Amino acid sequence: MQGLSVNGVAIDDTFAEAFGMRATAIIITGPNRKWARQAAITMTGFATSVIGCGCEAAIDTELPASQTPDGRPGCRVMIFAMSTDGLQAQLQNRLGQCVLTSPGSACFAALKGVADLKLGSALRYFGDGWQVSKKFGGRHFWRVPVMDGEFLCEATTGLTKDAVGGGNLLLVASSNAKALAAAEAAVAAIEEVPGVIMPFPGGIVRSGSKVGGKYKGMMASTNDAFAPTLRGVVKSELGPNDNAVLEIVIDGETSDAVAAAMKAGIRAVTGLGPDKGASRITAGNYGGKLGKFHYHLKELLP
Amino acid sequence: MKPLTFTLREAPPERLDLSPLTPENLADMPTRQIENIRLGTSKRGLCVGDVFKLSGSDVTTIVFEGGSSRFDGLGTGMEDGSIRVIGDAGVQAGRKMSGGSLVVEGDVGLHAGSAMRGGRLEIHGDAGDHLGGPLAGELAGMNGGLVIVRGRAGDHAADRMRRGVVVVLKGCGDYAGARMIAGTLAATGGVGRLPGYLMRRGSILLDRRPENLSPGFVECGAPDSVFAAVFDRHLLQENILKRPLLGNTPGRFGGDNAVAGTGEILFRRD
Repeated sequence: MQGLSVNGVAIDDTFAEAFGMRATAIIITGPNRKWARQAAITMTGFATSVIGCGCEAAIDTELPASQTPDGRPGCRVMIFAMSTDGLQAQLQNRLGQCVLTSPGSACFAALKGVADLKLGSALRYFGDGWQVSKKFGGRHFWRVPVMDGEFLCEATTGLTKDAVGGGNLLLVASSNAKALAAAEAAVAAIEEVPGVIMPFPGGIVRSGSKVGGKYKGMMASTNDAFAPTLRGVVKSELGPNDNAVLEIVIDGETSDAVAAAMKAGIRAVTGLGPDKGASRITAGNYGGKLGKFHYHLKELLP
Repeated sequence: MKPLTFTLREAPPERLDLSPLTPENLADMPTRQIENIRLGTSKRGLCVGDVFKLSGSDVTTIVFEGGSSRFDGLGTGMEDGSIRVIGDAGVQAGRKMSGGSLVVEGDVGLHAGSAMRGGRLEIHGDAGDHLGGPLAGELAGMNGGLVIVRGRAGDHAADRMRRGVVVVLKGCGDYAGARMIAGTLAATGGVGRLPGYLMRRGSILLDRRPENLSPGFVECGAPDSVFAAVFDRHLLQENILKRPLLGNTPGRFGGDNAVAGTGEILFRRD
């Protein structure tokens, strides 16, 4: 675990291990940028990890009015889950509770995939018989009367089975402030990459986990090897000057998108350098046996 | 390959049934056999070769050089490919077509796009009565597809329409969208008496406030409409209209309450 270094930032010779997932994408629009974002943020709340939230979701990219189907500001939102049924259930609940309810919102398909997931086709029943189906230009919409007019929602969106969840970078720094600066730089860079989301708060995880734990029933527990306060008492991954570690978790529409995102993150962190940010970049894996996708850091250097 | 072209020799002496001349019917047919197809509707027994001079061989793109109001049943049941008529057409152009594109560069007669299921029918001139409508005894009119009339449509446009989109640019006669079951009729240039008369569901979209409505219609407010914005953009992108039809806050009448009452007339307010 030595040798590679870019701009003074050590790069471990290791890999991130990621899993195949099901994913979908929708465009949410609103009367202005604030309310388009609000609907998208509400819909993607409590969606950090499939372990506890049922799905992983976040805004992929914000869209200017010129790039949305209705000419209003919008957001492309991506949702990831382990099964098609799970994804459909999460999509439907979140759409119904968070987007349908948001003032002036509308919702459109944003992915062509191997199968369809219901959007308006499921929510139309809220219309209680007053919903209206409209088909034109090869697309199918539902119009549901609500108190501020109508909720327009495309009937279905696409599902991809080529999505990847769990791409990651671990950023090791000598102080909490530097770790946060490095992680923020990585998040800002990865936000520019299309087709990927970082589902954790602000894109950053501080409680990286290992599989299982000493207590019965715990699927995951603290990643003690990277916990600085346990540096002396467990078999630690950390060196004497390492005092904080933050993780970036990346889900992508394709494996290539995840690789591009990790590459962008590494470029940003190494660009910042060890004096302002991380002194070392590593990645989380399970020995390579659990996940189908491996992203070797040395192949992603800037 | 050059388009299969039917050049009109002279004005036809009788009404012609052109329904056999579709891409599907003519596929793999030798020219001689095409020339022998019967088109006449009288005891004269007119064939293709008597009426048209043939050239080209690509049956997926058929062109009629010269048209006539006696050209009946053009593109009947066509599923794919394209037919273009440089001139007028008669009754039932594009009847029951389910795919492909039929363009008539002149006027068409009664029942154009009757009971259409899919595809695109574009008429550069005017259309007669019962655009997209059912023939006597049929339960529903248009059942899918897109009809564009760049001129004016006669009475009963989109009669008993069930699905699809009809756009008329220079106005409709009386009873536009009467007895609609569902689907969308968009019209600029005004409509005649009683638009949407006895409509059950469906949408009639107008560029001005309708007059002479059936008393079964009631005014239903004018909130922001994302549907109007999306539909306007669709019409602009397809080069059907040059300016938005409805705007973002169209007015709305619900009706016809003499029947189900879940239909609507949306109209531009400014």
